[in-house]
Amino acid sequence: MERVGEVIEASTTEFVAQCYELYQLPPLGSLVKTRDLPVELYGIVYNAATTSLEPGRRPIARGKDEATEEEIYRSSPQLLKLLRSEFNALVVGHRQGDRLYHHLPPQPARIHSFVYLCSPEEVNEFGQSFDFLNILINAHLPVPTEELVAASLRQMSQAYEDRRGFLVAAGKELAILLGGNLNQLKAILGRIRQ
Amino acid sequence: MTQQEENQRLGIVVSGSLNKGVEVKLDSSASIEDIAVGRFVTIEGQKRRFFGMITDVSLGLIDQKLALTPPDVSDPFIAEVLTGTSTFGALHVSPTLAIGGDVATLLEGPQPVKTVPSHFSVVNLASQRDVELVFGKEDKERFWIGNPLDMETKICLDLPELVKRSNGIFGKSGTGKTFFTRMLLIGMLQKSNAVNLIFDMHNEYGWEGSSEEGQRKVKALKQLFPSNVAVFTLDEESSRRRGVSTDFVVRISYDEIEPEDIVLLRQTLNLTEPAVETVHRMHRRFGKNWLQNTLALKDAEEIKELLKELDIHESTFQNLKRGLATIRRLPFIEPHAPTNAVRGILEHLDRGMNVVLEFGRYRDITAYVLVANMLARRIYAQYQERMEKAMAENTAPPTPLVITIEEAHRFLDSQAASQTIFGTIAREMRKYNVTLLVIDQRPSGIDDEVMSQIGTKIAFHLDNERDIDSVLAGVSGKSELKSVLSKLESKQQALIFGHAVPVPVVVRMREYGSAESYKGFIPREEAEAGKQAEKDIEELWE
Ligand SMILES: Nc1ncnc2c1ncn2[C@@H]1O[C@H](COP(=O)(O)OP(=O)(O)O)[C@@H](O)[C@H]1O
Ligand SMILES: [Mg+2]
Repeated sequence: MERVGEVIEASTTEFVAQCYELYQLPPLGSLVKTRDLPVELYGIVYNAATTSLEPGRRPIARGKDEATEEEIYRSSPQLLKLLRSEFNALVVGHRQGDRLYHHLPPQPARIHSFVYLCSPEEVNEFGQSFDFLNILINAHLPVPTEELVAASLRQMSQAYEDRRGFLVAAGKELAILLGGNLNQLKAILGRIRQ
Repeated sequence: MTQQEENQRLGIVVSGSLNKGVEVKLDSSASIEDIAVGRFVTIEGQKRRFFGMITDVSLGLIDQKLALTPPDVSDPFIAEVLTGTSTFGALHVSPTLAIGGDVATLLEGPQPVKTVPSHFSVVNLASQRDVELVFGKEDKERFWIGNPLDMETKICLDLPELVKRSNGIFGKSGTGKTFFTRMLLIGMLQKSNAVNLIFDMHNEYGWEGSSEEGQRKVKALKQLFPSNVAVFTLDEESSRRRGVSTDFVVRISYDEIEPEDIVLLRQTLNLTEPAVETVHRMHRRFGKNWLQNTLALKDAEEIKELLKELDIHESTFQNLKRGLATIRRLPFIEPHAPTNAVRGILEHLDRGMNVVLEFGRYRDITAYVLVANMLARRIYAQYQERMEKAMAENTAPPTPLVITIEEAHRFLDSQAASQTIFGTIAREMRKYNVTLLVIDQRPSGIDDEVMSQIGTKIAFHLDNERDIDSVLAGVSGKSELKSVLSKLESKQQALIFGHAVPVPVVVRMREYGSAESYKGFIPREEAEAGKQAEKDIEELWE
């Protein structure tokens, strides 16, 4: 299981993790998890950012005399230490013992918990229930809901042999959840259509 | 049929009431276009299983906005997602029977329902077994008439039960009334314990008639059951020409015609009200020879004298004479007939023979109404007498009799129904062991009260609103059945409801007219009874 970062901020509904390597961010919508037993938390990556390590100090443009982007980093290696990549994950479930729950855990994640990208098998298992869609739709997030929902479904579908079948089933669930919001439904379906 | 088809799931119950039936939301996996009204379903309630018919199919939208801005359904992905969710098929089902689940249905078979299945009960297409449970298997009383829609199961009618009441076969011309009647008569002569008297206006039931296309000849009763059927004819010459083996030539004497018979013909004979009254006066004056005497009046003075005496207007008398002349011109009517048709018919019926009276060339309505009414009236009188005697002396009653008439509205319109023997038979139910089988293409012409006495109705396609309404008058679930009735195919399909069927049912009628079909109608034991019989039957297939 690939480790992608470490929790640096946590609340009941979400956590923020910093990547160990600059730009080594898990993709938007991917399923990640923390593993501090006895409760493992599942999250869906809804936002990511790369910023200056020191708050208030913004990087400045440096490439005027360089031919490629890589050369900027090569000629100023300290840059990798001055910048950081971090991502936010919305908590969508947890595992306690050997049971998987598609609702919020009793406690938030602990700071410095390691964060992993879930394996396809685990994604497959998690995607057996679409309850998480309700959490995604009702969360107030800085990213457009339809983008996030579509991204997470596209990500998850890769863990299924019958990708289309998975997406149709998810689409049907959304059609019911979004019964009163036809425009949003259409926007999502347009982003996951096969 | 495979196990899977046996339990083909359609959807779930989402709302409903006992009066109006239940709404079923179709599963997205079930295609609405495969579902026809008239099909049977079962509903798995919590305590019992319900049996009912699909009476409507509709489309639903979760959000009306979808109708305004339809999604891009040319995209199969979007179409697949939306079917069954935002858009869904809905069925209307009228559950009418409980089949299994509680003690009563286990002990006594299907029971009428007094409640509805609970929310989200699963709805399946009815299996062969379910349909069989409800309609019963073919046996010595149940006769196979056809199949339900899209199923191979046999729908059988309990014939002894059927003939306890008068029954009606309705439908536009060319829908299959005659073909079905032939078949039903075959069933009745084998399984109903009743004998039949058929007034065969178009020469279709006794001996072979042609099918509509004019090519194929279709065998009729006497050819298939020579020892159970006698053909009587009003037109010996026509019968001979058509190669019919007849048993009796019917002649009618003047004195057999009674005023009542003329009253019924008022319209076809163009008689005025006073002319009808004159008939009664003539009858009072001359007794049973009234017709002969009236027709014989020639001498002007004599006529004048009589008219004065009876207080009859000259023009009225002329009107009557013109009408009666039409009757006199009927070749089978004679001053003194050599045979007595009523006695002939009764003798045959008493031997358990079924009698078909064919009209030959005399197919006009005057002849038909006159003869049918006259004979039926007198045969009924005999039955009445015997029945009363049997009751008084505690002896066996006469064999139940079923009288088949076509163009029934001519005898049973609201004016005639109160005057004709057929109106009496229909209203009295089975008091004297006589019931009717009426065939009509214009049921709205039949008196409402008579219609309400009809036990079982077999309704083929009808397109006139008034005809549909009159057939369905007084039936529970009328509006549902109406939508089923108006969707029948134009041939060989009928909605059957009433006394002899546990639930209304749409039947695709059994095929009649091929060699194979005749074999199916003749019970094997009978066919194998003797070499000769077998040979005779083989010849029929040629
Ligand atoms: N049970 C049946 N088996 C075979 N053909 C049938 C059957 N019912 C109807 N038909 C076809 O439909 C035509 C019309 O049927 P018919 O009984 O003469 O109609 P109706 O008496 O209602 O005018 C027949 O000539 C025949 O071709
Ligand atoms: Mg006919």
